[in-house]
Amino acid sequence: MSAGEHRTTLAAEWGGGQSPFAVGWPKFMMWLFLISDTLTFAGLLTGYGAVRLALGRWVHQFEIFNIGLVSLMTFILICSSATMAVAVGAARAGDRPRVLRYLLLTVLGGLFFLGAQAYEWTHFIGEGARLFTNPWGIPQFSATFFVITGFHGGHVTAGVIYLLLTALRWRRGTIQPESVEIAGLYWHFVDLVWVFIFTLLYLI
Amino acid sequence: MADEHHRGYRIYAITWFWLLVITLLEVAIVLVGVPRAVLVTALVVLALMKAALIMAYFMHLAYERLTLVYAVVVPMALLAVVMFAFIGPDALSVHRMR
Repeated sequence: MSAGEHRTTLAAEWGGGQSPFAVGWPKFMMWLFLISDTLTFAGLLTGYGAVRLALGRWVHQFEIFNIGLVSLMTFILICSSATMAVAVGAARAGDRPRVLRYLLLTVLGGLFFLGAQAYEWTHFIGEGARLFTNPWGIPQFSATFFVITGFHGGHVTAGVIYLLLTALRWRRGTIQPESVEIAGLYWHFVDLVWVFIFTLLYLI
Repeated sequence: MADEHHRGYRIYAITWFWLLVITLLEVAIVLVGVPRAVLVTALVVLALMKAALIMAYFMHLAYERLTLVYAVVVPMALLAVVMFAFIGPDALSVHRMR
């Protein structure tokens, strides 16, 4: 069988009808994006682990981080993920006002998280930490901390904008519940990444 | 239909509750102070539990067709194995890494 024939057979079997995943293509595309984004963060976190292990010593995290503040940030992000889930559920149920309310609550959580992170960064920079230097004797700590939390913060910022646009379009009635669900997938992913950043950067 | 939606919100509340419990547990383990290998193992297992909760209920993967679940979870599982193969043994063997 030639390669051309083989391709024809496969195409004929599927026939271009219902997707075998039983989800719409916009949602499937979001899942594909999230898988690729996972690889990005996995690369960053593996790099961090390799650097830290190769060095054999690290900063005393509990003397540098305000673990109470970071726990509060984690708490807020989990809460915003829960309100986002409710917004998606309400969109499916056709409860229009509730969708808007919970989307805005989620945005509020995201803004609080970003505010706390801006405070944390300002505090470190005020103490003399830069991308490649810091007063704690381990320059690699700065690089990994700022790059990884910065990358995550960038995702949260994009998420806040995305959610605001979704709320606006939902209020105008120009989007379907599936669009709210897709925005939700992105937001939960941001929370999911923070689970690992919180564990690997702050706690371990 | 209405009952189904009610149940839908309840599962989010339950997921939220367990995510908070696990987070408290994580912070508690660190504050109590346990041997390094135990700490690393416990924290990674707890983080994976949180990830599973978020993916299954918040991201609705528990309600999707199995083909989509496999398409997402199999690469993630392979990724976890590869990451552990690279840094896991060292992370566990260094007793007091500072």
